[in-house]
Amino acid sequence: MTVHAEKPLQPMIPAGQAVLDVRGLTVEYATGAEPVRACTDISFTLRRGEILGVAGESGSGKSTLITALTRLQRPPAVTTGGEILFHGRDGAKPVDLVTLDGRQLRRYRWTALSIVLQSAMDALNPVMRIGAQFADVLRAHDRTLGKRAAWARAEELLALVGISADRVRDYPHQLSGGMRQRAAIALALACRPELVVMDEPTTAVDVVMQRQILAQVLRLRRELGFAVVFVTHDLSLLLELADRIAVMYAGRIVEVGEAAAIYGAPKHPYTQGLRDSFPPLHAPLRDLHGIPGTPPDLRRPPAGCPFHPRCARRTDGCDERLPLLLPVGRDAGHEAACLLNETDGDHGGETR
Amino acid sequence: MSKPAIETGSTDNASTDTASADSTSTATRRARTAKDPKNPKAAKDRHPEEPAHTPEYVLEARDVSKHFTVRGALGRTTVVHAVEDATVRLKPGQILALVGESGSGKTTLARMLARFHEPTSGEIVLRGEAVSRSGRARRGYHSEVQLIFQDPFGSLNPMHRVRYNLDRALRLHHRHLTAAEREERTTQLLERVSLTPAAEFAAKFPHELSGGQRQRVVIARALAVEPKVLLGDEPISMLDVSIRLEMLNLLQRLRTEDGLALLYITHDIASARYLCDDIAVMYAGQMVESGPKEAVIASPQHPYTKLLIESSPDPERGVGDREAFFAGADELGEPPSLIDPPTGCRFHPRCPFAMKECGEQAPPRAELGDGHWAKCWLHARGRAGELADTTHAAATAARREALQGAS
Repeated sequence: MTVHAEKPLQPMIPAGQAVLDVRGLTVEYATGAEPVRACTDISFTLRRGEILGVAGESGSGKSTLITALTRLQRPPAVTTGGEILFHGRDGAKPVDLVTLDGRQLRRYRWTALSIVLQSAMDALNPVMRIGAQFADVLRAHDRTLGKRAAWARAEELLALVGISADRVRDYPHQLSGGMRQRAAIALALACRPELVVMDEPTTAVDVVMQRQILAQVLRLRRELGFAVVFVTHDLSLLLELADRIAVMYAGRIVEVGEAAAIYGAPKHPYTQGLRDSFPPLHAPLRDLHGIPGTPPDLRRPPAGCPFHPRCARRTDGCDERLPLLLPVGRDAGHEAACLLNETDGDHGGETR
Repeated sequence: MSKPAIETGSTDNASTDTASADSTSTATRRARTAKDPKNPKAAKDRHPEEPAHTPEYVLEARDVSKHFTVRGALGRTTVVHAVEDATVRLKPGQILALVGESGSGKTTLARMLARFHEPTSGEIVLRGEAVSRSGRARRGYHSEVQLIFQDPFGSLNPMHRVRYNLDRALRLHHRHLTAAEREERTTQLLERVSLTPAAEFAAKFPHELSGGQRQRVVIARALAVEPKVLLGDEPISMLDVSIRLEMLNLLQRLRTEDGLALLYITHDIASARYLCDDIAVMYAGQMVESGPKEAVIASPQHPYTKLLIESSPDPERGVGDREAFFAGADELGEPPSLIDPPTGCRFHPRCPFAMKECGEQAPPRAELGDGHWAKCWLHARGRAGELADTTHAAATAARREALQGAS
């Protein structure tokens, strides 16, 4: 295993250098008479080598966001607005992934951006040996690569995630669930992408394997310098893993900021409720209540702030006016969409 | 004969109730657990007025094992040792969490307790009496012990309304009830699980409900037969994070109000700590450690328990030195095959503290006081102090280096 001892992370990631710039992304499902908006006006910037966590409940639009980012969506999902600007390594002009057709996109898949899906069993071909699947990907992107060299490279890639070289001839069903997920991660890294999108890669595995996988993702990120969009419903996981966290609710980003700020000083009542939905492992226990109610039906979203029917702190105007995602708090880049922050400035944080 | 058992339950509950109401709940609960000895003898001393034959436990699995025979291709048969000599005891009003990785046998154990599988050896004991295998006995058993499944989307009949799903359980287990009484009971059940207005929810189909509401219906259906024991097989893991706590609070309330005993199966140690009184840890089909929850979580006495706790995400660790949390966590190993499990202690191939005897002989059970025990050779060899001194990941890394240095 080649470990380039790059200790400090910062030099590899020049501040402000973006790899992905998402602006006003809106995705609709064109079903029935009225299209359903699953993602509305999503904007964020992902810096090179950064891990951005996207947290949200089921139905919050996080999976729709992922398929839109990677252009893997299928009808009836349609991107109806916004742009996804991808900045290449070579410093060329950014490209808008939304406007590319299938052939143009193929130049970016695997080499620029790749995806790790929730279920590795579904992502890997069950009737192909692991090595053959790696060779497939590697040789499709590098026509000069011979078969033998591709298999050797597959062994190297598996070693990156701690799978021994003799497993390269195994079929997916011969690997354990954790190994399959690690193999899927190694496969996503095969062509050295700059951005890896991970859709709940650890929900199907146990806590111990989850920790192993996350440790490997962090190490590989340090060695290879790719950026990650990590989507999960488990905010407690993101607090430990991500550099920045975006919290989604009813198809919108309601708060985004550094992981420390999201944990220490959340400014949106939903984020606060989500954070307080995890019982502590060591701190003294107290009665917790989660968030009452259920997420809204996106076919009939509530007027005003979509969270107001469940919000304990709603005030006048919450059911009329949609709050904007505005800078809050002391930390740079911390934004929240809540009227409380618009009216009383800096002190939206303390609701215990 | 159930009366004294219920009384024990309600005294337990009274203290839990006050405990959960005030802010020093942990301390009170811990004090209660400390006063409440786990071994049957001591408990009998505490209630001298109890007749000798009154069982202390409402449900027990005594040294149960389950081996599955798998027929492979070419007529080869292999035996999967899913559960080996596991013992679980539930008192009325007690919540016991059973934690472990998938494949550790916790679901198989629950299914034996629910009598979906017959144990290969050992016995299931309901209120002091070993249960028989006859069909009639089975219905009687299920009117006392109910299982809640993980997936609320698969456990309700999608063709029928909520009313039918609940009514059927009532019809099967309470044959004397008239239709009007059943209707009334259905309303009460829905109100107990906070699905109000009950009439509206009773008329819905399962697909019209959210995941949390469905799981409430599943719980209401289990309650319809008025069981004494609920077995929850990861009852919240399919639910959204924000509604998991409501479900845990509901289970807690049922224990307090009805004196229900609950076996809570999970791999989420933080939720187990929130809900339960005691924790039992399973690894590769065997029980490796058990005890009062705070004792087990604050100072795990088996290297596997330690690994499990250190691997769990903990928001309280805060956002700090991320590289430090994950240092050495690259290679923590995986559970062994249960077809050919390791000799001696089944954890020894992954254990950074393993000694020679660990691979040769199963470790003896070390009693650590207050009902806390662990099966690990470290205790027999006086090395248990090492567990608190290091993390699993650090110990594994140190061991790997030592091995590389030696070779």
